[in-house]
Amino acid sequence: MNYIVKKVLTLIITVLAITILTFVTFTVIPGDAAVAKAGVDASDEQLEALREEMGLNDSIWTRYTRWIGGALKGDFGYSYQYNNVTVSYLIKTRLPVTLMLAGLSLLLIIVFSIPLSLLAVKFRGGWIDHVISGANQVAMAIPSFFMGILITFVFGLVLKWFQPGNFPSPSENFWGSVGYLMFPALTVAIPKIAMTVKFLRSSIEKETKEDYVRTAKSKGNDEQRILYVHVLRAALIPVITFIALVLAEIMAGSIVAEQVFTLNGIGRLLITSISARDYPVVEAIVVYLTSVVVVINTLVDILYQLIDPRVRVS
Amino acid sequence: MKKSLSFLIMLVLVLSTVLSGCAGGTSNETSANLSSDTQTEPVYGGELVYGMTQDLVSLDPHQSTDAGTRSVVFNLYEGLVKPAPTGDLIPAVAEEFSISDDAKVYTFTLRNGITFHDGSLVTVQDIVYSIKRYAEIQGESSAFSIALSSVEATDDKTVVVTLKEPDSEFLSQMTLAIIPEANADPEGNPIGTGPFRYVSYDVGDKLVVEKYDGYWKEGAPYLDKVTFRFLPDVTTAVTLLKAGSIDVLNYMTAAQVSELTKAQADAFRIVEGNMHLVHAMFLNNAYGPLSDVRVRQAICYAVNRDEINQFLFDGKSTIIGTHMIPDLKTWYNEETASVYSYDPDKAKELLREAGYENGFDLVITVPSAYDQHIDTAQIIADQLSKVGINATLEKIEWNSWLQDVYRGRNYQATVIGFDGKLNPSDWLAKYGTGADKNIANYSNAEYDELLAKALAAVKTEEKADLYHQMEMNLAENAASVYIEDPADFVAMNANFDGYVFYPTAAYDVSTIYQVKK
Repeated sequence: MNYIVKKVLTLIITVLAITILTFVTFTVIPGDAAVAKAGVDASDEQLEALREEMGLNDSIWTRYTRWIGGALKGDFGYSYQYNNVTVSYLIKTRLPVTLMLAGLSLLLIIVFSIPLSLLAVKFRGGWIDHVISGANQVAMAIPSFFMGILITFVFGLVLKWFQPGNFPSPSENFWGSVGYLMFPALTVAIPKIAMTVKFLRSSIEKETKEDYVRTAKSKGNDEQRILYVHVLRAALIPVITFIALVLAEIMAGSIVAEQVFTLNGIGRLLITSISARDYPVVEAIVVYLTSVVVVINTLVDILYQLIDPRVRVS
Repeated sequence: MKKSLSFLIMLVLVLSTVLSGCAGGTSNETSANLSSDTQTEPVYGGELVYGMTQDLVSLDPHQSTDAGTRSVVFNLYEGLVKPAPTGDLIPAVAEEFSISDDAKVYTFTLRNGITFHDGSLVTVQDIVYSIKRYAEIQGESSAFSIALSSVEATDDKTVVVTLKEPDSEFLSQMTLAIIPEANADPEGNPIGTGPFRYVSYDVGDKLVVEKYDGYWKEGAPYLDKVTFRFLPDVTTAVTLLKAGSIDVLNYMTAAQVSELTKAQADAFRIVEGNMHLVHAMFLNNAYGPLSDVRVRQAICYAVNRDEINQFLFDGKSTIIGTHMIPDLKTWYNEETASVYSYDPDKAKELLREAGYENGFDLVITVPSAYDQHIDTAQIIADQLSKVGINATLEKIEWNSWLQDVYRGRNYQATVIGFDGKLNPSDWLAKYGTGADKNIANYSNAEYDELLAKALAAVKTEEKADLYHQMEMNLAENAASVYIEDPADFVAMNANFDGYVFYPTAAYDVSTIYQVKK
């Protein structure tokens, strides 16, 4: 219990530190928020009035406490780039697509990486193992934006399995939207599958050299059964942590995939907001994404020590 | 499990064929196959998706200041007058208008039977309301509010706008949108008198509009429904165009056009026009060597504008020699384009006269996000090195550029493109001594005198003559190095035709039609 309390406290402090860091960063970088909002040709009086209205003339501490106070209530203020649109509204409308994409990517990673790594171990040193590890190297080496362009080109323009840019709304055509999302999800998942297979394969391989496997074998147990029941279970424990880390990378991958596949999600909102210098939106998204990652990591830490009591000692 | 494996192998194979396919494609380059101008016949109906890489700020027409938004809402709203493709102002909500001889009183007669998108008749009260609302949003200190004295409806057909001082260019302000006073939420429920009416808007994604059946102009528009899609970048937009997810894409480069037409020459119609920008290397006339007119002239002779045009726009841009776009025909002085020719010897001679026979150092500041400006600056730096000027590039972030260069004028030279409105003073008043946005720090007594006269002149001919002289003054005194009005390529799905360019921010979809097969 003590451990969990400690973990949660660390979590809160980390998230607070992130908010301060984000806020300060966007205050120091060049660029005047008033100019961003009022346009290039605004007069000095207009800008001054706007700065006053936006509270930009207050001290950074006043602005931070005001901002964090609102943020705790889920109020991140108004967007600069879109007139009369709240940051919360923007995030709320963009979130479903990103969550769907992240969920699908994670599903693909799990569905592909476990069988592939088992195959690789089973046919250790054989041609299947070589093909898998070769494909792994290639998949890890391709940058995700390029992977996205390739997938768009092959499946969208040549094979015409989907129409790039024609993403159906999930509320109107759920399965149609899932079908479209398979391609960006693949873009996000392929390098991660490669990483997971590499990791899981060595984890399984290490496990098969353990004493208990030899004991099980000597007792005349079926080799298949040993691999699936005993070894895989033990080997999956470190993989849980690994997948949690991968989740953070899925978020990063989604930003690229949303851009290439013109999905209107959080990632694209982040990019447009950065180029439009819409700081309230950028701040909210950065805090949001980092919080998700930190929370997942904390959950995994807690879960991990529930699975493996040895962690509790340290 | 077997299935997944074979799938992966297939994927690897496909990847490698694509890679080699790409390599093959680049080696046998063919020239861009631009579609010929064959006559097409329009049919009514159909849906169009208009792709654009800018985003909208607001659907409230009185709030919109950025070009992207103004271009799109052009289809929803109209002013008393509206711009024609020639740059002239033609009656819209007003059926006719007259300007008093002293250019202080503008009288508009309401068009008979014109209706808003909700079916209600436009009244003179709506017009008065719209003008007053616009003035209020612009603010008390805005040029619009300062110029305006009163707006009155003298009867149920006539609106009289009175100015404090004579201003013969005020008509261009009367393009401001006329909206119904009864509408409490112009932002969320946009209602205007334009050829299309609002259907739905997904912030940052798309705006859907449909044909307004009660539009006053007979026979317009052709299309039933138009979707404007806001796309993250040009590369993605080109992919969507190829995939058929969008039907129109503008602001394409010559390279993108040739890539598009190489693969599917018959699938697209390419329309060529201009971006309606003054693309120039602006010189800070207050900076050391550049304060000498001979040095500025030398730079003009040393810069080969055709080479820039050829390199960046396949030679399709229009070369200019002053701060005015050629498509504003009434105001443009075409003689300015030939004041300088590419002549490095002459440049060296002028530099020698000015006492810079050994050249000097010049920093060209460019905003780092704009390849077009960086490439131009690079070419210029190379050309200047041939006459002994040691030019170096300084790439800075856009916000810093706005702060230091545009607002602070703390720079030596910079490459940028300027847009402008339909009234000539919007382009040229900034060169007046001490003017607010005088980026070149230009100061010339003759110019100031001409500007004052031009602003006061009422007759178009007299006015045009004065502006022509001012443009020549800028050219001869080499206020800056004016390069071109860049070429603008628009690619359209070949099923559509009728794209029209405007010398102002407008994507007019009312002229676009489906081609009869």
